[in-house]
Amino acid sequence: MDPIVATTVSVISAATPLLLAANGELVAEKAGVLNLGVEGMMLVGAVSGFAVTLITGSATLGILAAASAGALLALLFGLLTLGLMANQVATGLALTIFGVGVSSLVGAGFVGTPVERLPRLDIPGLSDLPVLGPLLFGHDALVYLSVAMVALTAWFLGRTRAGMILRACGENDEAAHALGYPVIAVRFAAVLFGGVMSGLAGAFLSLSYTPMWVEAMTAGRGWIALALVVFAAWRPWRLLIGAYLFGGVTILQLHAQGLGLFAVPSQVLSMLPYLATILVLTLIAAGSGRRRLDAPACLGRPFRPPA
Amino acid sequence: MTLKTTRRTLLAGAAATGALALPGSRLLATEQVKAGWVYVGPIGDHGWTYTHDQGRLDVEKALGDKVVTTYVENVAEGPDAERVIRQLAASGNDIIFATSFGFMNPVIRVAKQFPKVKFEHATGYKTAPNVAVYNARFHEGRTVIGTIAGRLSKSGIVGYIASFPIPEVVMGINAFTLAMRKRRPDAQIKVVWVNSWYDPGKEADAAKALIDQGADIITQHTDSPAPLQVAEERGVSGFGQASDMRKFAPNAQLTAIVDHWGPYYVERVKAVLEGTWKSHIIWHGLKEGMVQIAPYGPRVPEEVRAEADAVKQGIIDGTLHPFAGPIRDQAGELRVPEGQSLSDEELLKMDWYVEGVQA
Repeated sequence: MDPIVATTVSVISAATPLLLAANGELVAEKAGVLNLGVEGMMLVGAVSGFAVTLITGSATLGILAAASAGALLALLFGLLTLGLMANQVATGLALTIFGVGVSSLVGAGFVGTPVERLPRLDIPGLSDLPVLGPLLFGHDALVYLSVAMVALTAWFLGRTRAGMILRACGENDEAAHALGYPVIAVRFAAVLFGGVMSGLAGAFLSLSYTPMWVEAMTAGRGWIALALVVFAAWRPWRLLIGAYLFGGVTILQLHAQGLGLFAVPSQVLSMLPYLATILVLTLIAAGSGRRRLDAPACLGRPFRPPA
Repeated sequence: MTLKTTRRTLLAGAAATGALALPGSRLLATEQVKAGWVYVGPIGDHGWTYTHDQGRLDVEKALGDKVVTTYVENVAEGPDAERVIRQLAASGNDIIFATSFGFMNPVIRVAKQFPKVKFEHATGYKTAPNVAVYNARFHEGRTVIGTIAGRLSKSGIVGYIASFPIPEVVMGINAFTLAMRKRRPDAQIKVVWVNSWYDPGKEADAAKALIDQGADIITQHTDSPAPLQVAEERGVSGFGQASDMRKFAPNAQLTAIVDHWGPYYVERVKAVLEGTWKSHIIWHGLKEGMVQIAPYGPRVPEEVRAEADAVKQGIIDGTLHPFAGPIRDQAGELRVPEGQSLSDEELLKMDWYVEGVQA
């Protein structure tokens, strides 16, 4: 394979877990809920997907299990923050710590066992095209899903009535309630969607990126996904750009080191993706009018329906 | 018998400690020893902490009901470590193994307060009458795998995935390079730093990048089996790290450097039982079996196996020194003349690369 094509393929797989998890979090935040438990939900998704795939031999069942496991954790988060009005930040952090622990417990018996990599969806003829083949065709289902979900989210939030209601719950919960929309139910649905997407991101890690289970294998990707949502200023298509940019810088710095391109310390190169995030955040925040950072107005604020 | 403890339950148990320390328990100390381990990572990392925990299990197997072991995993290096170590000492452990470099100062401080408890610190350099230090010569294993790489690489390019530029890692890169270039003088070792001991995704990405740049052998100083898995998929070869990783790369793993702490742990706990424990500072390698070479993979031909075995035997006999001169650095300057070799002190401070390293 041509080195440039091979590098781009690596970038796609580095970006996919970030994109999946960040997309879910974006929808939850648009509805006004800040869930810091992404890392925990990803880990639980990763271990469930791995375990079910290994036991049943079916990757499809594994992916479904990962999505359900992520949703289960999100359900817990929803009950605590939306039902019992617990603080969202504290509950989200607790969810991450819980996810790390419970995934290690469940996964203890699976350490050191490999699993078959998620099959690539090869399209006869198209996948064999020179450059375009490996770039566009021949990825696994989760890669396509991650991009499709961005399009779907953009369409849902921007073009549908249900999407508008979801945004209303995030921008002004009291007004949405006064208009008769079920704010709590909408937020619950958004949180569950976030859980499903984080679970899928975890499944991508343990079934495709590095097909194995080892403890804490997300290595902080959940937190990067959270940062990406802010980076994208809560816009789905920008999320796509952000995730690929982030994945791209990560991979390119590894290549640059191997080629001995820059006489810069490797620590500086490792910082690059994070520097890029800070830079973009600064640029967005410094811009005026439409370009400014526009977080949902009710983000993180609990809502108690007036009796 | 194992008591698995987390930091939280350990704290909760602190209140009960006073009640447990009955006068009679001292008398039993020579018949039954309580031993505690402090781990920096999860025991499920399949790497560093995993191998230390295997050692703990060896102690249980060897000494049966003469020992009660406890471990605390995921202990951050820093103030938390001191609290955990003090708790283990206060709850009646007779010997405590702290298995990460960053636990050094906490161990020294706690040891002063508990003069009767024996402490063992891995990879450090500070000792006390009740603090011993132990470390393994991992670089000896790298001399053996460098030999294999020198014979088996077709492109002459090896990808080296490294964690942090500390002497131990630099020493490993140099030992590997010296051994490889002895067989293959034009060999190039491309080093990529991932600035992490453990990030499976990033380690895999680094392996892919190195393979794309022509490396046909991958080796690593990071803890996950991810790079080997990539090697298996891309049809190149690699070496396992810390434990035998054959399951992840049945064809690609040429061999692995295995850390084997069990015998040392058994010996030291036994010494406490018999009352013969003394503080020391040891740096064991292939000779003592603290570093071992896993069985060779199917791609290593007979004559290369024989050569690798000979190198291993040479190190064990003391006839072959991994850092014997002449050694030139990256700039081509002669650092170690013929007939001389680097001392342990020089090795532990190593901050320069030998010729052939691209880092």
